[in-house]
Amino acid sequence: MNRRFSWFNATSLTLGFAFLYLPIVILVIYSFNASKLVTVWGGFSTKWYGELFGDQAFLDAAWVTLKVALVSSTAATVLGTMAAYVLMRAGRFAGRTLFSGMIYAPLVMPEVILGLAMLLLFIAIGLDRGVLTIILAHTTFTMCFVSVVVSSRLVTFDKSLEEAALDLGCTPFDAFRSVTLPIIAPAVISGWLLAFTLSLDDLVISQFVAGPSSTTLPMKVFSSVRLGVNPQINALSTILISIVTIGVITASLVSKRQIAQQRADEQAAVRT
Amino acid sequence: MFNFRRLFLILTPYLWLGFFFLIPFVIVLKISLSDYAVSIPPYTPLLDLSAGWEGIKSFVGELDFENFTFLAGDPLYYTAYLSSLKIAAISTFFTLLVAYPIAYGMAQAPDEWRPTLMMLVILPFWTSFLIRVYSWIGILSNEGFLNQTLMWLGIIDTPLVILNTSTAVYIGIVYAYLPFMILPIYSALEKLDGSLIEAAEDLGCSKMSAFWLVTLPLSRPGIIAGCFLVFIPALGEFVIPSILGGTTTLMIGKTLYEEFFSNRDWPVASAVAVVLLLILIIPIILFQRNEQKQREAGQ
Repeated sequence: MNRRFSWFNATSLTLGFAFLYLPIVILVIYSFNASKLVTVWGGFSTKWYGELFGDQAFLDAAWVTLKVALVSSTAATVLGTMAAYVLMRAGRFAGRTLFSGMIYAPLVMPEVILGLAMLLLFIAIGLDRGVLTIILAHTTFTMCFVSVVVSSRLVTFDKSLEEAALDLGCTPFDAFRSVTLPIIAPAVISGWLLAFTLSLDDLVISQFVAGPSSTTLPMKVFSSVRLGVNPQINALSTILISIVTIGVITASLVSKRQIAQQRADEQAAVRT
Repeated sequence: MFNFRRLFLILTPYLWLGFFFLIPFVIVLKISLSDYAVSIPPYTPLLDLSAGWEGIKSFVGELDFENFTFLAGDPLYYTAYLSSLKIAAISTFFTLLVAYPIAYGMAQAPDEWRPTLMMLVILPFWTSFLIRVYSWIGILSNEGFLNQTLMWLGIIDTPLVILNTSTAVYIGIVYAYLPFMILPIYSALEKLDGSLIEAAEDLGCSKMSAFWLVTLPLSRPGIIAGCFLVFIPALGEFVIPSILGGTTTLMIGKTLYEEFFSNRDWPVASAVAVVLLLILIIPIILFQRNEQKQREAGQ
């Protein structure tokens, strides 16, 4: 597209990003407000952070959430990568259409329905609701996201590399391990990150499948914000937003550097 | 050739999804055809396999569509469905209105800005949905940031009531789903061949009419994809109406949740879920077709 960056473009970008970021900025500012009221600025204070870390219920919920996210995203990455490989490389098999349907359906299904359905399954098989049921439910819905990310990488990469490995005497498993996996590794890692974030973030499905003793952080946040603004939640949000921001910026700097390195290598190769 | 590893590779994710995704839906369907009962679990009949064939026969015999006729007869449910459709459609339209200029600006921006702009759009994706919705409470409430600012500027004397109304839900949906609309439109605009617009202008089009006749139609695939990506999740939205909406904002996701947890009527909740799925199937199939067409056009 031809670039003619006009005043109109500059204005719409400024207003658009202000709309996207202003609410978050206000939230962060108010987390340092000494007054409990939104209306009054009571001076700078970090007391809400102190209260947050003094609240055992929040710490417990954070621990449950982290445990669930680590286990479920790892399981989802293994299952989702397998599923992507099956979809892209295993050729035809009985029930392939059903399989791809089951991969794509959870991506577009409302969370209330997923949560309800999985809860009814756990009740039907008599599994007590708790951390385990949250892990199983999160693994199931996040593996579909992992498999979409990984299969989009599998589509673009050169199949003949795998075939060469097979021709040279690799077993399919060896070929996968020494050729395919290193190539799709970035996609597998971003799949894991996506699954991890989705699990950390999930409210609705956890709300359905969690038991009384397993409250996740989003569930705790949800039950406190239904009563209105809560400065402790502002403090918690600020912490979470900072972690995400640092993570995303670091990731983009690392990938930028990698691209620069790659270009330099290519140029060096051309010169020699 | 029988290959054990291949079988294992296919069966593991297959069985997992079959057990944790497909079977639950069969259960939902079954319970939606059952009757409510004051017991644990609160529905009849239960499938009694120990009674053999007779048990299966009596089980099938007791299934009926009572819950669905109940849904059709009770105005609460169909108004909830209709109002969800209306809220999803209107907020999708507003998301498009907000997103298009941003995507257009990004596509026109100098090359070296683009990675940063992309990152700024994607960053909210990784930030908690719940927190982003919650952040609007402090802005929209009666003594919130917006009313404070407007009163300080002297534009209004009494605070506007926005929180706990449908307006707040619209704002919440537009805000939360904006990146889903920006990204596909941006990728369509970025691919657009600039010489087409130059040609239109050389042939006497004004800038405005070149936009309407060339740019907008060529970005249509992005617009369609974005609209589906907003409309489909907005239809079953639960978090936004629960946090920002009031008691008068009916949305089917919230109705389902309350039916299940507050009324403990599992059969009706399951029937609500089945009908919601049936409504969603149409936009989902249209969306898949659109994606398919794009892929074929791209090849």
